[in-house]
Amino acid sequence: MFGYSMGDIGNIMVMQGFSGLSMFTVLLLMALGLAIIFGQMGVINMAHGEFMTIGAYTTVMLSKFAVQYNIVNYYFIFAIILAFVIAFAFGYFIEFIMIRHLYKRPLDTLLATWGLSLVMQQTFRSCFGAKEVSAELPEWLLGSFKPTPDIDIPINGVFVMGLALIVTAGVYIFMYRSRWGLRVRATVQNRVMAGAVGINTKKVDRVTFALGCGIAGIAGAAFTTIASTGPTTGTLYIVDSFMVVVFGGAASIMGTIASAFGIAQAQSILQFFMTSSMGKVSTLLVIVAILMVKPEGLFASKLRK
Amino acid sequence: MFEIENLQVSYGQSQVIHGLNFKAEKNETLAIMGRNGMGKTTLFKSLMGILPSKSSKAMVDGQNLQDADSYERVAKGLAYVPQGRMIFPSMTVQENIETGLEKSKTREIPEDIFALFPVLYDMRHRKGGNLSGGQQQQLAIARALVTNPKVLLLDEPTEGIQPSIIKDIAKVLNEIRKMREITIIVSEQVLSFTMEIADRIIVIDKGKFIHEDKRGEVDAAKIKGYLSV
Repeated sequence: MFGYSMGDIGNIMVMQGFSGLSMFTVLLLMALGLAIIFGQMGVINMAHGEFMTIGAYTTVMLSKFAVQYNIVNYYFIFAIILAFVIAFAFGYFIEFIMIRHLYKRPLDTLLATWGLSLVMQQTFRSCFGAKEVSAELPEWLLGSFKPTPDIDIPINGVFVMGLALIVTAGVYIFMYRSRWGLRVRATVQNRVMAGAVGINTKKVDRVTFALGCGIAGIAGAAFTTIASTGPTTGTLYIVDSFMVVVFGGAASIMGTIASAFGIAQAQSILQFFMTSSMGKVSTLLVIVAILMVKPEGLFASKLRK
Repeated sequence: MFEIENLQVSYGQSQVIHGLNFKAEKNETLAIMGRNGMGKTTLFKSLMGILPSKSSKAMVDGQNLQDADSYERVAKGLAYVPQGRMIFPSMTVQENIETGLEKSKTREIPEDIFALFPVLYDMRHRKGGNLSGGQQQQLAIARALVTNPKVLLLDEPTEGIQPSIIKDIAKVLNEIRKMREITIIVSEQVLSFTMEIADRIIVIDKGKFIHEDKRGEVDAAKIKGYLSV
């Protein structure tokens, strides 16, 4: 088939499957934050990618500091935490000065956050330069596994995958096991009623938006292990991330996971057998067809309101 | 205990509540009756801070409610069961009740709640959206009660509920009043239900109180006249 032996096809499927898994994890990390902000709050945050870039630059800056003090092998975990904290704090601030005035005005929110993304991109350019920069990675993140002579699995990909698993589990526990999660879900389902049972919905909005931004920050830290960072890095993922959230069913975390997995695997495997653009186009066509039949996405719940 | 003076509510230029005054005491049930569109729901929403309003006095148990957000009013002792129940459909029954535990340090639901509504205990892991209308009404009352209110506001609790369940709701409201000695204010159109629970009945018409009867002196024919279209 396609001039390959069955053995080659097997190896290609494993390698492309793994490449799809790496893409899946970055998409998942980006889309999880977006699933919270867009899926749960209904805010179209066009600057979500730039919050990822904040995380990426935080990691790059911390890596420079780590090189200076010779702690390259230890800094990365702190970089992930710091990326979350900085993106969270900035998200909290942005919700307070901008987003809270725009709830229930989706078009205005879209324009305002798009403007914010341009301002943030220019700020990155002014502060860090237009050239792409890379983080100094710890030794334990370099190299690859070779389970067979023909299969090569990069360690950084496995690390990002583990990180995505931990973050997803964390988000799940936060949303479905914690009191904050209960407040968030109540506010999402019925804002007026959430206030009328005693929940401070404005505070919930601020924390929810900031949390989504914080997770994008983690995605940015993870991103530095597989590519270099530039002022417009975030824009590469924003369209795919929205696609993942809409296709999965906007308010469902399970839907986001399944959708990120499906889209990433389909794109990765199709891109090998077709051209890169044809792989994307084919995936998009299937998504459009499915959304025409099921506009609420893959995982929408059916309940009596 | 619960006192409102000169309450006014407007939708834009159009005023719908015209300077209402009322007092309700502890352990008293007050019913506000009126036809559709007379301002009952608007009154309740404004009392809960959902709709903006003006008043010269709004106090619950000595605490000022003026300019307070909904969640602050709940903290001060108001609880609300809205028209149409408005439970959280994707949450389980247990989670729905837990949303009312903001003031509590734990997420433990007080035992007396399930004693009042045993059906909710049996269905505690079921999604709220999968309950029948009557069960959802019980859930909405339970969710309001766990906030430990001093004043419980119920907006048309019998709307869309079958007659046998309406009797159960009346029984439960009387039990709640007996157990907790709280003020209950209920808006209604069903006179038989109101007669079972209320100490006073006030009729609202076009945003003004036009008639008031005490328990035992209720002029049913007159009230029915006000309620008929």
